Amino acid sequence: MTLAQAEVPRILIADDEAPARSRLRDLLDECRPEFPLAIVDEAKTGREALDVVNREKIDIVLLDIRMPDMDGIEAARHLAGMVAPPAIIFTTAFDTYALKAFEVNAIDYLLKPIRQERLLAALRKTQGGNAVSRAALDAAANQPRRHLSVHERGKIHLVPVSDVLYLRAELKYVTVRTAEREFIVEESLTRLEEEFGAAFMRIHRNCLVHRTAIAGFEKNVAESESGWAVVIRDTDERLPVSRRQQHIVKEFR
Amino acid sequence: MASINQTGAGIRLPNFCNLGVMLRALIVVNLFVFAAAAMRTRTLEGYWYEFLLLAAFVEPVLILSLVVLCAARRPLHAVGYVPAIFAISIFELVVSWGMSEAYVAFFPDVPPLPFPLVAFLALFATLVTLLYFDMRARALSPAVAEARIQALQARIRPHFLYNSINAALSFIRSEPRKAERVLEDLADLFRVLMADNRTLAPLGKEVDLARQYLAIEQLRLGERLRIKWNVDAMPADALVPPLILQPLVENAVYHGIEPSDGGGEIAIDIRRDGERVLMILTNPFSGTNGHPGGNKMAMANIRERLQLHFDVEATMRSEVTGGQYRVTIRVPYITGDSQ
Repeated sequence: MTLAQAEVPRILIADDEAPARSRLRDLLDECRPEFPLAIVDEAKTGREALDVVNREKIDIVLLDIRMPDMDGIEAARHLAGMVAPPAIIFTTAFDTYALKAFEVNAIDYLLKPIRQERLLAALRKTQGGNAVSRAALDAAANQPRRHLSVHERGKIHLVPVSDVLYLRAELKYVTVRTAEREFIVEESLTRLEEEFGAAFMRIHRNCLVHRTAIAGFEKNVAESESGWAVVIRDTDERLPVSRRQQHIVKEFR
Repeated sequence: MASINQTGAGIRLPNFCNLGVMLRALIVVNLFVFAAAAMRTRTLEGYWYEFLLLAAFVEPVLILSLVVLCAARRPLHAVGYVPAIFAISIFELVVSWGMSEAYVAFFPDVPPLPFPLVAFLALFATLVTLLYFDMRARALSPAVAEARIQALQARIRPHFLYNSINAALSFIRSEPRKAERVLEDLADLFRVLMADNRTLAPLGKEVDLARQYLAIEQLRLGERLRIKWNVDAMPADALVPPLILQPLVENAVYHGIEPSDGGGEIAIDIRRDGERVLMILTNPFSGTNGHPGGNKMAMANIRERLQLHFDVEATMRSEVTGGQYRVTIRVPYITGDSQ
């Protein structure tokens, strides 16, 4: 790789339809004279896009919204948690809900079929450095993520929400416990409760337990102010239930 | 192309062979019998006796009338509304007269009703029933005029239109012939969408339309979309409301194939089942896709149009079993000749 090539923006195309990807390739090729670039890879799902970003240095992701396995909005939310996230350009043919949400949250997007001039303008805009904010993406999403993302050594590690046993708020972050290990995510417990509220149960001011992780309740636990503790399946952990949340013991039975 | 009598513009006689029409006629006339029996008695036991006597008179007349009207519906429609009403009235008078004669023979103990009264009641019931059908047709006719617009609403999603144009654009340089095919198929699809969709269309054309639609989707989705057609035994001449198959197939692609990473198979079975045409569409169902609601709108629209054209004779059912979503539609088997 020559020095000149190394400095141009490195682009990833993410779209589930082969014709759409090849069209984007054609258009990007046409942008080259005015906007030197390198097309690094293609991805067919949001998850594949994250894999590529973990593997390669990517500066710009052209991200289709509607893709199987993981849609573009969820992929973007995971990307936005990175220390130096790539710029994201959303592409979509038509999606009433997403477009409305994007307008409200001032997120830019390109409508398919995409014109070369519009693409070029969007590419140039990414050099301005005002990336889509995490908060705007969260607000624009219309469904909970299916994964939490943990950012370790510049890589995105996905934890399926269904694997999470409980979420516990620490000082500035939230500990995510799965059967295998613990992770740390920089999100607020309140936000997580809003997003995943249906699957989790609040047992304490600082703790949400996945409903399927509750093996049972134990009484007369000394370190619990209510005397009750939740027994977490697959672990020998007991989590105290606060006096305020004591009613869940009855509800759960 | 045949139009459905009940919904055709300007035709006010019902299609007497339609089960829904027969059912409604039975109910209306029997309501008269209920009322008449109540007028002729003071006590509850007397009421049932009176009702049975009247019913024994009315039901044979009614059933015979329905059979004959069904058989004679084409000449009746041919002579026009007013002459047809005269013909039906005279026919009912003759049948009632015949029945009163038979009644005396069967029930010699019961004092017979004077014929002028029987004639009056027969005419009254006939005219009120016909008036009811006329009013019903008028009440439904704005809906008929709207059926075309509704068909458009059930139609192709903008999502599909833009993605298809995008696919055509991507093929123009590398595979021009493919791009031409996409645009030709799109043109055909929109020709049907823009057509007058108030009248019924042959099933064969509906299947062709669904095939053209799927051909475009196949180019977009490649191996993710697998289609199993089982239509060799279908009656291609059967008449169905236009645009009932394509929206269902589109739903199957949008909700069943696109959200799934590895894709899946759509199975389309169409066959004749006695006097019915049976259409079964199956696609994988993941249960989690971010687009609820859209599906229901298209389904409600198809259900409504089926009802408009076939009344109670058409059914549509959808169910989820073992990860498969299945839609089953039954419509009466009618052809251009049987109308």
